[in-house]
Amino acid sequence: MIHYNKFTLANGLRVIVHEDHTTPMAVINVLYDVGARDENPAQTGFAHLFEHLMFGGSINIPSYDEPLQMAGGENNAYTTSDLTNYYIQLPAENIETGFWLESDRMLSLAFDEKSLDVQRKVVSEEFKEHYINKPYGDVWHKMRELAYTTHPYRWMTIGKELSHIENAKLEDVKAFFFKYYRPVNAILAVGGNVTVDQVKALAEKWFGDIPSGEKYQRNLPAEPAQEAAHKLDVKASVPLDALYKCYHMYARTDKRYYAADLISDILGGGSSSRLHQVLVKEKKLFSNIDCYHFGSLDAGLMTIEGKLVKGVKMKDAEKAIQIELEKLQNEVISERELQKVKNRVESQLAFEDMSLLNRANNLAFYELLGDAALMNHEFENYEVVTAKEIHEEAKLLLDEKNSNTIYYYAAS
Amino acid sequence: MNRTIAPPIKDAVDFDIKLKPYEQFKLDNGIPVYVMKSDEQDTLQLELVFPAGSWYESESLEAAATNFLMKNGTSKHTAQEINESIDYHGAYLNRNAYHENATYTLHCLTKHTEVLLPVLQEVIQDPIFPEEELNLYKQNQKQKLAVNLLKCDFVANRFIDKYLFGEFHPYGRVSSMMAYDALQSESLHAFYRKHYTYNNCKIFIAGNLPANIIPLLNQYFGTTQWNGDTHLVKLDLPIQPAEEKKFRIFNDENGVQGAVRVARHFPNRYHPDFPKMLVLNTIFGGYFGSRLMSNIREEKGYTYGIYSQLYNFRQTSALNIQTEAGRDVCEATIDEIYKELLRLQNEPVPQEELDLVRNYMIGSILGDLDGAFQLIQRWKNLILNDLDENYFYNNIKTIKTITAEELQQLAKQYFTPGDFYELVVI
Repeated sequence: MIHYNKFTLANGLRVIVHEDHTTPMAVINVLYDVGARDENPAQTGFAHLFEHLMFGGSINIPSYDEPLQMAGGENNAYTTSDLTNYYIQLPAENIETGFWLESDRMLSLAFDEKSLDVQRKVVSEEFKEHYINKPYGDVWHKMRELAYTTHPYRWMTIGKELSHIENAKLEDVKAFFFKYYRPVNAILAVGGNVTVDQVKALAEKWFGDIPSGEKYQRNLPAEPAQEAAHKLDVKASVPLDALYKCYHMYARTDKRYYAADLISDILGGGSSSRLHQVLVKEKKLFSNIDCYHFGSLDAGLMTIEGKLVKGVKMKDAEKAIQIELEKLQNEVISERELQKVKNRVESQLAFEDMSLLNRANNLAFYELLGDAALMNHEFENYEVVTAKEIHEEAKLLLDEKNSNTIYYYAAS
Repeated sequence: MNRTIAPPIKDAVDFDIKLKPYEQFKLDNGIPVYVMKSDEQDTLQLELVFPAGSWYESESLEAAATNFLMKNGTSKHTAQEINESIDYHGAYLNRNAYHENATYTLHCLTKHTEVLLPVLQEVIQDPIFPEEELNLYKQNQKQKLAVNLLKCDFVANRFIDKYLFGEFHPYGRVSSMMAYDALQSESLHAFYRKHYTYNNCKIFIAGNLPANIIPLLNQYFGTTQWNGDTHLVKLDLPIQPAEEKKFRIFNDENGVQGAVRVARHFPNRYHPDFPKMLVLNTIFGGYFGSRLMSNIREEKGYTYGIYSQLYNFRQTSALNIQTEAGRDVCEATIDEIYKELLRLQNEPVPQEELDLVRNYMIGSILGDLDGAFQLIQRWKNLILNDLDENYFYNNIKTIKTITAEELQQLAKQYFTPGDFYELVVI
């Protein structure tokens, strides 16, 4: 049970406070309700590039990092398809430094041409490091285009192509900031050795006078239900053949999400999971195989990916996966196996909650989902899933018509 | 309110950092147990450490393979049965082999401790290294290696350690297809019997512990002299550094980035310069605001990130600067690295920067000591290196008091470009 208090400033900024007096530290987490899915299709990668620019100085403070480090703090940020999140950890005595820095960059950035120029290059190198210069690095780019015809999950957070980042202009940066980075679109979560009264006073003092901004009304094109399987052959200079299969699943707030999540764990969670046990250990067709999803807010993809043992034919490997999926569709799983995956979720949630930073981050995330209180009821959503529901969901979810397959061949 | 003025801060030197002490127990057979309790969460971490790292190998990869395969079959249970009982309880059993030590670490909810300890006991005391598991391990590791060998950063890490220490030294030895092929079940078993013995075992446990944790540990690990007594001798081994200093390797014709490594030898943690170098290294390339990051990422945009690190090896250490940079700016990156080395030799670190780094380092240590898992980790590093809290406090003191003159002196001694190996792998 995570305790917290919640209030909203007059300008619409939602604030969550989580007191923890066992630590000398404090964390400040600022979540902005904007991600790569909100981008213009001709300017992809912008939300993430923008995250980099948030460190290039704000209207009253030329450098973000230096004063924070001077106060003994560290920070980082990440962008996903759904949201952008910034976080700070620092000694609790110096927490006001964090309020000062975060509020000033919510007030306005410095919009410095030089910073944009450099960060365009930095992000290009990030793009190369993770997606071009790595074996199989392009697979998600291809998979998203294969699986989505309409929804903006069609492109990766880093961007669809390098040129979109290289062409970013300062006026685009400004427009983006004033559209999305407003108090009314943000959630501030503060945790650690602080009190609610202290955070209230600091939030009023530093964030209270920032203009509210206009609430962003998200109106994204929905992905139509997939009618037929999509398949793609890829040939690249990699040493091993690999197989990727993705199935459209449910939005994060859909009740069926939890059954789907448990299905991915039955198939791919841990060394005792079905795919690993049968396909790696018994049949020796794959040298590794995983099943996972990203927990996307809109309907995401459940992914099965594996590398084939040298000499194994793609057809045979795919057939063997198919047999495992059909087992889930044809037979109801045992109560013990269901209990296993629920136990794994229980444990995973407990370990996640150990870190103060995760707790603050999760409170903000669940508030974005609708209410921070959801965080304390998450496990209940898993507990009520029945073997029969898993069976029903497996039939729908793992239907071949719902599948997107990439056959990634090693060019020899 | 004037937003251009920073709120007052409490300075690093004013933080009184205390390392919370551990409790120590001995099991009936003498195994030491180091305990850090905390009842805030319902989780625990239990780690068994053995001197079973690559240092002790007579065949390459023996240590890693032994460590990995202990979990894959005992005389009573198959790998699948073991995995099933761990997964069923939502637990994680991780294993790792490093240069000096090898570990087994259990993470679980406190309420499952009692049913998981017998599983852990079997894995530690009764593995049988089935031939089929070994063959699968070889095949899958070789496939993984084949993929990794296409990555410039992976290849660069292998080469730079080879240049620094020589390929016959445990710190410079690397995996290979041949070494995997040569692994044999009998020799793994022999390595296991020699290194995973009761008298070489140390136990570190942290978190919310069952009230009867010590009797439980005694029951499963403390009653017998499992695997008998072995007395391991660990002597320093001569390193064989490469004679050449500059290397350029083409690994992938189509590579769009190069992995840059610039590295030199440095004394180990027992040398008085080591704690001082931790500060100088932080200024140079150890945090986001470092000289290297400010110049090469934030000013020039050559890379997504550049860091320098001090190796934590026991016999001898090294200073290693690493980055992946655009293919056409790798050489320019190396030039800038040297410029930054020389700048620290030629100019004293400005007071403001030194204050900032002191505060940053102290704040970061304060954050690292947050929670029982982190605390036992800190103690483990001291204990396994035969050190105590004085070493920790001495490091804190160095951070708080080192002067710009001392840092410049240190740079003059260790930051001469000609002493560094340099490598680019494209």
